Amino acid sequence: MRSILRQLAVALALFWVVLSLTFFLVRAAPGDPVTFLAPPAASAPELARLRASLDLDAPLAVQYGRWARDVFKGKLGTSFVAHRSVTSVLGDAIPISLALGGISLLLTFLIGVAVGSVQGAHRGSRTDSALTVLTTTVYAAPSFWLALSLIALFTYGAARLGLPAWMRLPAFGVRDPAGDSGLADLVRHAILPVLTLTLVGAAGIARYARTAVVELLQLQWVRTAVAKGTPARSVHARHVLANALPTLLILFALALPGVLAGSVFVETVFGWPGVGRLMVSSIFARDYPVVVGATVVYAALVILANLAADLALPLVDPRRRT
Amino acid sequence: MIAFWRGASGQTRAAVIMLLALALGALLVPALASTDPLAIGDALALRLLPPFSVDAAHHFHLLGTDSFGRDLFVRAMLAGRLSLAVGIAGSALAGAVGIAIGAIGGWEGGVLDRLAMAIGDVLLAIPRLVILLVCAALWPPGATMVTTILVLTGWMGVARLVRGEVRGLRARPFVEGARAMGASPLRVLWRHVLPNALAPAIVAIALGVGSAVLLESGLSFLGLGIQPPQPSWGNMIADGRELIVLAPWIALAPGTALILTVLSCTLLGDALRARLAGDEFETMRARS
Repeated sequence: MRSILRQLAVALALFWVVLSLTFFLVRAAPGDPVTFLAPPAASAPELARLRASLDLDAPLAVQYGRWARDVFKGKLGTSFVAHRSVTSVLGDAIPISLALGGISLLLTFLIGVAVGSVQGAHRGSRTDSALTVLTTTVYAAPSFWLALSLIALFTYGAARLGLPAWMRLPAFGVRDPAGDSGLADLVRHAILPVLTLTLVGAAGIARYARTAVVELLQLQWVRTAVAKGTPARSVHARHVLANALPTLLILFALALPGVLAGSVFVETVFGWPGVGRLMVSSIFARDYPVVVGATVVYAALVILANLAADLALPLVDPRRRT
Repeated sequence: MIAFWRGASGQTRAAVIMLLALALGALLVPALASTDPLAIGDALALRLLPPFSVDAAHHFHLLGTDSFGRDLFVRAMLAGRLSLAVGIAGSALAGAVGIAIGAIGGWEGGVLDRLAMAIGDVLLAIPRLVILLVCAALWPPGATMVTTILVLTGWMGVARLVRGEVRGLRARPFVEGARAMGASPLRVLWRHVLPNALAPAIVAIALGVGSAVLLESGLSFLGLGIQPPQPSWGNMIADGRELIVLAPWIALAPGTALILTVLSCTLLGDALRARLAGDEFETMRARS
């Protein structure tokens, strides 16, 4: 119980430091957001008024104090561009990213662990070598390049090869502006983004999972189980998989930042209005509050995933209970 | 070096040859090419030629041309100069910083060590790409900026590895012996501890080159890294994005160079790990 409280406290402190860091980083940068927002003909008093209305004229310590008070109330400021609160801007984007990232993370994990286990169990075989070449190559490919390749393949390529119409997938947006907006349409739009994210993530996880399974198979109790004639299937389920659970949990926390980073590119390429695309467009618009807000969302997700993995470890591994 | 080559698998040798070929190509091809990769000539006649085509002036375009009629092979090789330089410098400098922080922290311990590790924890809590995006947005983009941020966000992994090794070595008899002989702490750390603590760091740096190249290309793809007309693999792929359906080779050419680089770095890192850490399974099989 005490260790759980301690882990919670550490996670919260970490989150606060990350929050403050982004605050100071944004304000330490050159470039005045006011010059971006005001019309070029604006006079000096007008600029000053705008600066005051955005709370950018106070001393840094005062700005930090006000900002910290607001954060405790759940407010992250107002978007310079959308003129709405950052929380509501993020609120529109987060569900899209969570749905896209969540489904991809789940598939990443299932496919990655399955591929890695098959490789580990048949180490040195032809299947293992072929899969290693495949996973290492996909792992080396940037997600935006994979996304573009898939678009080329499933739009131009599919039409060129005379594939049926349902295989020509939409390359942009969340739903068809002209056609029906049902679930089937949404799924069709989601296939390419989810496929891109899953391919990149699964290749990485498969590499880790293979190493983990190879190491487990060399352990003495596994070799004993094999030696006494336990069927291979039972060895893999009862002896290997059960002991791989802690590793898998850590892998899950490790996979998350990769999927998050990938989602920045995938959302940008496929035009999905999630947090990643919001972050990129806010950077170009110098919309600092939204940039900070998106960074905070990403940091919160990573910290939460690590915390969840830490808390769940004792549940799957009795040796870690104290 | 020679011993590493002799014991290397075919895969590892292919990776080394590929990296050398890419580096040589990046150095030599733009210098020897008959076409200027930056100049825009007769754009209407030369634009969007597919790979393996010969234009009216009998110039051969191995990977085709882009929408301004510039040769993609020469451009991809010129981009390789910057992409490879940023990737190697970013990872090597981050490694050097990490080794220094990890070695001093692990050797001395105390407040500074804990502070450095705490800063590392904070930086690890934000995805590296997000930090890069924020910094790239705030400071004027360019190769120096990208390298600096790669170093600032890339030292933590190496620092942890080296710190762990140094702490483990601190109490070993040969270190105590060196100290008893009257060697200064700095000399013990430099001559006796560090050489034994570097293996995991070297692996991490080799693998780090690949991810640094990937991150740089990602930033440049989004328009926040290397700025055109200076080509980098990332901004070349971004150039091909609008034409991905009509002229897929524009994005394909730099993408292939990028994937080959990262793939070679990964294979090399894996081989170094197996060699330096000693792959127990392999040695067991070799003995039996």
